Formats: sequence, C-alpha cells, structure tokens
Amino acid sequence: MAASTFDQQTKVEKLQTYLRRFYRWISRPQVILSLIMLVVMFYMVIIPLYRMIVTTITVSDSDLRVLKDANIGDITWYHWLRMLTSKIAVIMTYEPLLHSLTISLGATVLALAIGGLMAWLVVRTDVPGKGIINTLATVPYIMPSWTIAMAWKVLFKNAKSGGTPGLLEFITNQPTPDWLAYGPFPIIVSSALHYYTFFFLFVAAALLSIDSSLEEAGELSGAGRWRIMRKITFPLVVPAIASGFIMTFSKTMGTFGGPNVLGVPVQYYTLSTMLRSNTGIGNYGDGFVLAIVLILFAMVTVMINQRLVGTRKSYETIGGRGFMAQKMKLRNFKGLFTGIMVVFQFIIAVLPLTLLIWSTFMLRTGDYSLNNFTLAHWIGKGDISINSGEPGVLLNPRIYMGAWNSIKLSLFTAFFTAFFGVILGYAIVKGRGTRLSKLVEQLAFIPYVIPGIAFGAVYISMFTKPVGPIPALYGTFALLVVVSVAKHIPYSSRSGVSAMLQVSKELEEAAAIAGASPWQRFKRIIFPLTSTGFVSGFLMTFITTMRELSLIILLVTPTTAVLASMTMRYIENGNEQQANAVIIVLIVLVLIGNFIISRFKGGSLKKGLGM
Amino acid sequence: METTITVKNLTKKFGTVVAVNNVSVTVEPGTFLTLLGPSGCGKTTLLRCISGLEDPDEGEIYIGDKLVYSHVKGISLAPGKRDLGLVFQNYALWPHMNVYKNLAFALEIQKLSKDEMNRRIKESLAEVQMTGYEDRYPREMSGGQQQRIALARMLAYRPHVFLMDEPLSNLDARLRMDMRTELKRLHHVSGATTVYVTHDQVEAMTMSTNIAIMKEGVIQQMDTPDRVYHFPATLFVADFIGNPKVNLMPGWVSGKDTVDIGKFNVPVSTLNQTGDVVVGIRPEDISISAKQEDDGVEFTAYSVLPSGAETTIIARKGDTELTVREMGVSKIKMDQKIWLKFHKEDINLYDKASGNLVNG
Repeated sequence: MAASTFDQQTKVEKLQTYLRRFYRWISRPQVILSLIMLVVMFYMVIIPLYRMIVTTITVSDSDLRVLKDANIGDITWYHWLRMLTSKIAVIMTYEPLLHSLTISLGATVLALAIGGLMAWLVVRTDVPGKGIINTLATVPYIMPSWTIAMAWKVLFKNAKSGGTPGLLEFITNQPTPDWLAYGPFPIIVSSALHYYTFFFLFVAAALLSIDSSLEEAGELSGAGRWRIMRKITFPLVVPAIASGFIMTFSKTMGTFGGPNVLGVPVQYYTLSTMLRSNTGIGNYGDGFVLAIVLILFAMVTVMINQRLVGTRKSYETIGGRGFMAQKMKLRNFKGLFTGIMVVFQFIIAVLPLTLLIWSTFMLRTGDYSLNNFTLAHWIGKGDISINSGEPGVLLNPRIYMGAWNSIKLSLFTAFFTAFFGVILGYAIVKGRGTRLSKLVEQLAFIPYVIPGIAFGAVYISMFTKPVGPIPALYGTFALLVVVSVAKHIPYSSRSGVSAMLQVSKELEEAAAIAGASPWQRFKRIIFPLTSTGFVSGFLMTFITTMRELSLIILLVTPTTAVLASMTMRYIENGNEQQANAVIIVLIVLVLIGNFIISRFKGGSLKKGLGM
Repeated sequence: METTITVKNLTKKFGTVVAVNNVSVTVEPGTFLTLLGPSGCGKTTLLRCISGLEDPDEGEIYIGDKLVYSHVKGISLAPGKRDLGLVFQNYALWPHMNVYKNLAFALEIQKLSKDEMNRRIKESLAEVQMTGYEDRYPREMSGGQQQRIALARMLAYRPHVFLMDEPLSNLDARLRMDMRTELKRLHHVSGATTVYVTHDQVEAMTMSTNIAIMKEGVIQQMDTPDRVYHFPATLFVADFIGNPKVNLMPGWVSGKDTVDIGKFNVPVSTLNQTGDVVVGIRPEDISISAKQEDDGVEFTAYSVLPSGAETTIIARKGDTELTVREMGVSKIKMDQKIWLKFHKEDINLYDKASGNLVNG
C-alpha cells in the first residue's frame, strides 16, 4: 500500500482532502472557540467603535439646523472642526482634556506614592500587623470609587458653592477655601485614596515574588542596602508599577463619579463629564469626538508606558523561592509606621462611611447638630418638603427596583464574564503559538485601554438599530449587561489564561488518549481543576459591576437605573442625603454578595485580585 | 494483541525547525521499540505524532491496518480512536480524582458495566502491585507509586499499543531499576507492541527488543540492542551508545589487513577500501598486558579507575588516548608500561567523510 501522492489524486479526491483538513482544523475545540470569541468580540468591540467613528462624520437630523444644505447621512467634518478648531473648542475639548490629564496624572502619582510605600513597608520591613493592613487594603474594592468624593463633600463643601456648609465649616465657622472644597485638588486626592490599593497589591506581589538570591548576589558583590534597592529591587518591580500605572491612569481618565460630584458644581469639567453633558442633550456627534479623544489619549499612555518599560528588561517574577531577603529593621519606629498605615486605611475605609451615614440622618443639609436628626431619609413616608416627596430609601419602590437591577446586572455580568473567561483561557492557552490565538488575545485586550465612560459612549451608537441578528438594544437592560461583559473581557481573559496555565496540558492529553470527547475533557478535567478561578472571577466581576458607574451612566434609563446611577441622579437633583443613603445600601449589598459567593469553593476576593 | 505500527515518510515542523524529518519506520507486532537520542532529536515528537496528540505535516501512519493519519488524504484520527495508551513523563494523573476514578475514566467512556469495571481496575492494580490504593489521591502517593498508577491507568482499558514518554526519568536511580524490571516483565506478559522514548541508553539497552537511534529528526539506525552496540551503523551511534565510550581513532587504510593509525597499526579483517577511515573499538575489546607481547602495542597507563566489578584504564601513546576495560580489579599501576591487543573481529571501520560503517 504505497502512499498515494498528491499529484495522482483526482480533483474530487483533492477536494475531499481539503475538506477533511479544514474540518479537522475547525473541529479542534480551541479553534472553534477562538472563532466564536472572535465573532463575539467583533460584535461587542469592533463594530461599536466603528459605528461611533462613523457617527462623528455623518450628518444627523439634529445637525440639519446648522448644516442647512446637507442631507441626513452625508459625510461631514463639522463635529471634528467644531470640537477641535472652533472658538468653543477650548471650552468643549481642550480645557476638559487638560483637566482630565491633570487629574489622572495627579491621582496616579499620588496613588503610586502611597501604595508603593505601603507595599514596601509591609513586605520588606518588620512592621507588625501586616494581616490587618492587607485586609484593609481590599476595602476600596468594595466601595464605589466616588464614595470618598461624596464624603469629601459632606466634610469640606462650603456654603458659597455648595449652598449649605460642610462639617468643617459648620464646626469652625470659617468658610472652607474653594480649592479644598471643589475642583482638581479634592478630585485628585479622593481618587488617589481609592486607587492606591492597586499599587499596593501589585507592588507587594512583585516584591514578594522577587527571588531573594538576586538581592543576595548584589549583597555578596559588596553593594550596600540602598544601592541594592535602587539598582536591583526597584528595576524588578518596575513592571508591576507600570501595570498599576496603566490601570489607574486609564480608570481615572474615564471616571465619572468623582469629577461629577466635586468638579461640575464649580464648572470644572473633565472629558468624562463634558461627554455626559453633550450626550445628555442628544449631541452625539460632539460627544463622540470627545470619547475618541479620550480613547486616543488613554491608548497613547499605554503605548508610551509599554515602550518605556519594554519586554527586554521585564523579569519573570513567578517561581522565586528561597528565603526572603533580610527584612529591614525599623526598631522603635515600627509601631509608629503600623500606626500610621492603619490609621490611614481606617480613615479611608471608615471615615467616609461614618460621614455618609451621619448625613443621612440630617433633615436639612449643613446642620450637623442633634436637633436636626431625622429618620425620614430611611423610613420616611414621603413628605413633599423632603427629597421632592420621595419616601425614605427603605420604603421607596424605586430604590428596590434599582437594587434589584444592580443585583441582576451584576449576576448576569459575572456569570457571562466568568464563562467567557473559561472559554478565552482555553482558546488562548491551547492555541498558544498560533496566529489565531494571538489575535484573540490582542482583541480581548482592547476594552482595557478604552476608558469606562468612552466605552459606554461607544455603545450608544451601537444597537440603536438592529445589527445582524442582534435586535436594537438601546434603552434595554440587556444593553447594560452587554457593555459590562464587554468591558470585563480583558480581565476575564487574563484570569482565564492564568487559571488554564495551571492545568498542565498532559492532564487533558491523557483524557484525549483515553477516548474522552472535548466536552467530556472540559467537564471532567478542565473545569473541575479551574473552578476556583471561575468562582473568584465571578466574585470579582460581581463586585466591580455592582459599583460600576462610568461605564453605564450614559446608557441607563429610568426603568433600567441601578443603584450606582441613582446616587448620581439624586445628587444632581440636590437630594444629597438620599444619594448618600443609596450608596450605603449599595455597599451593604456588595458586602452581602461577597460573603455569599466566597462561601463557594474557596473562591475569594483576594484570589480574584491575584493575591 | 498483534498490532503493527507503520510510519511512512513522516515530517513534522515547528516553525522552521524540522523536528521529524521524513521518517519511515515499521514496528513489528510484539516489538518493544525504544526511540533513543539526545534531547531535541525528535523522539518525543515522533511518539506524539503516533499518539495523535500532534499532527504531522507530511506522511502517513498506520496502526494495525487502520490508517490513522494521512496528510495526502487529510485524515487524522483522534487519539482516543487509535486504540493506544500513553504513559507521560510527569504521570499526568488527574489530581482531583482518586486512583479508582483515574482508572475508571476511560472505562466509563467505553461504557463498561460496573462489575467489569471493578474487575479490570482490580486486575490492573494487581499487575502493578498497587492493590488497595483505590482511595488514594495522586498527591498522597510517592513518585514511584504515581508511576505505577499511571501504568495501571493505561493497562485498565487494554489498548493494543503502549506508548511511553520517558516514564522513568522522574524517578530516583533505585526505583528506576525496579521499574525497568517491571516494565520489561509487563511487555513480556502482554506482548503489546510498545514504543518507548528515552534518552537513557541503559534503559534502552536493557528493556527493548529494538532500538531506533535518532539525531536531528532522522533515525540513524534501527536494530536490536545487541547489533546497535556491536555494529553501530554510524559514528554518531557508536559514540552515543556505550559507557565508557567507544574508542575512535582516525587512520588510513589501503586495502591491506591493517589500519595505519600513525605510530602503530591496528589489524582488521581484509577489506578492499582505500583512504581515510575511523577505527571504532569498544573498551572491552582491547586486551591489556603488563608484559611485552609480540603483537601488542606499547602504551602507558595514564590513569587507572577501578570500580569493583571492572577497572577502566586510560592508556596513552603520544597523542592517542584509549579507554580499556578490564574485568575485576586490575594489577596495572599508573604510569606503568602496558601492551594492548586489539580484537580484530570486534573492530568497526567507518568512512571518515560519511561516518558510515564500511565493514558491516
């Protein structure tokens, strides 16, 4: 039976051969899953981006008032020229851009300083009480990012801009200076106090995993402790700092809550708040130009960052064993350092909540005395003089609806995200080395660099009309799920990949040899071995979605409102105490969710964070 | 269990690296074939191509009379449909299943009855002397025990072909010796066609019925262990097999019955070859004497290395250095004059340019 050569085959046989090869290729599970994910991501990321760009250069019906001769659907540079070169460009684009950059850079650097220093103290010195410091460091993950901003307002607002005095002004009877009450300074500080924990966790993990022999080698070659830190330790944690930098910068660029609470009242607009005010009045063309500017700036930052850090100097930090290098002895000061850190974290975690809760028991804002005490915001029956006549939070059907929406949204998002995570992890890891796998991995990274509010904006233009088999989703609850899942794809793919990498490929191969089908292999080998990662990913997504605001603020409608967006609506309507009560409810729900989910399969928030 | 494995013109590339280069090999029924070679020679890739875990780029593979892979026809059967078992280097026991479930996995897929399943599992565990370990989890067992369970997992579903990928390389020396005995016994009893991958020549020599020595994706020689050792087909094989290593001396031959090494001649069976050759002679095929002998060549004992059962003597003459092996404890002292005699019939001659055996 001599092997027939390809040339001897007839055309039919050749066709059969090609078909069989193609069938074999496509029936590999990693290939078919990659292709499915490509289609999904194409719908969720690429098409919306494309539609958004098209909207900025297309004449819409609202443009007809200005562009008299144009027809709907014509190509126009009107929006770009107006936002980038006209007289109002400074107010509409350049000032907000400057403000966004100021805030992002300021908050990131401040967060880096706090988080990096704390990480170093905890990992590399002998300060006591590391357990409590580590635990408190996860608190900001549970609180919505604008919690501190709202508490800041309670504490520092002044009567001049805020209408009623803050606690400080109430006590001292001195007007709080404007720079402390509103604008860039409070936004930067309140954001940094929330985001420092990224740096703390990233840098601490990197410091922990440095192979101590690298430092010992430095010590043996006669280098002093300071030189070792500068020349060896610091360069090794640079990649961790860089990834914390990208994450924080991109998040603060796209953040909406803080600037809306502390910036908008004094006309201090950032790109995100300006974007909202444009789309809020239906001016999509202009708004999308801002969104694109925002995306471009975030992408450029990521690119510069990666260029600077580079892969050449990056160092595989995993697998460092051996004894930890000697910890620096702080002698008499160690108690002091622990004290400072714990007090600091306590202030971040507890003080804002105390202030917010206090404010919810105040009948009128600005009066912090006991005779102003009321339960009306919690269990009031609805008095026309309070909160525009809405009943207290615990009796308000709208709040229940919002809470239910929040829970539903978070559960759906967490489920789909964890599900996609497993699929992406499998497809990427099994296909390692192929172009298809690389493409999937790169595509999955895109939402990471698109700031939250811009990502939401992308979805306005999508799904207003049916696209392919997908019906028009604008204004529906499903759209919120889609956008939340899409935004989480980078995280889910990353955690999916790392979970899958822990299952050695022989385990699946052994099952294949034993005759197991791909589905049996997945069900009986892969999934059981990665389920802890699945639960952790689920928990992580549940929590982040619960307190997500920037992403969905442009997409919610009164019926699809979630608790996060309701806090903003109440604060914009001037019902501060009600907004604060809602945020408390939100935090309580997050805590309950965290408690329930972490009962399963040993999943935990710390694992989800990769600790 | 009479299964032939036929590999025809098989090629597998990883990017630009050719891991397996146009390999054809037939494994006769009941053979224990070892693929032997240095790391990166393509032996594991060839095994994985046979198993179906890797798709080759060219060629055909038959297992029995079943065509399991053909590039031209676009056929590639899934590993589970090839009726073979594979023991992995790292055992690949499923950590979340106990021994019973590990063994039952394949049997459940084959939809065996509960009774039959229990019987098979019991049998296989007995065969690897692990009776009573059904409830253990992999991490609760030593490396050697895990190895036995991995073997039992393969035996339980009774494939017609056994594939083993360096199964003993993670074990310590003592255990490895024991497992060699067991594996050989297992093959003897089952008679299953076996393909075994290793870089350890002692493993290959002791267990196989046939050895295929590979280098850079090509099989250099496939033969019985005995012939591979005594008649290596190429200089590479001669050099790779044997410990201590074979003596290789460049020389010149002109159709007479000696090879001119330079300062001395080595007798060979007459052959009609002229030109540059390499003489290959095993350390045990040289006899050593402390007294001058007529046809002996004078050397100096540079170093004497006794190891109990045998003594290795490094002999020098000018810049020629030879390794000689003497049974028992040698009386030779270092720096002593010695006379070496080469066993004519055990000498192999290689063409210097091609490296191929010329007096085979």
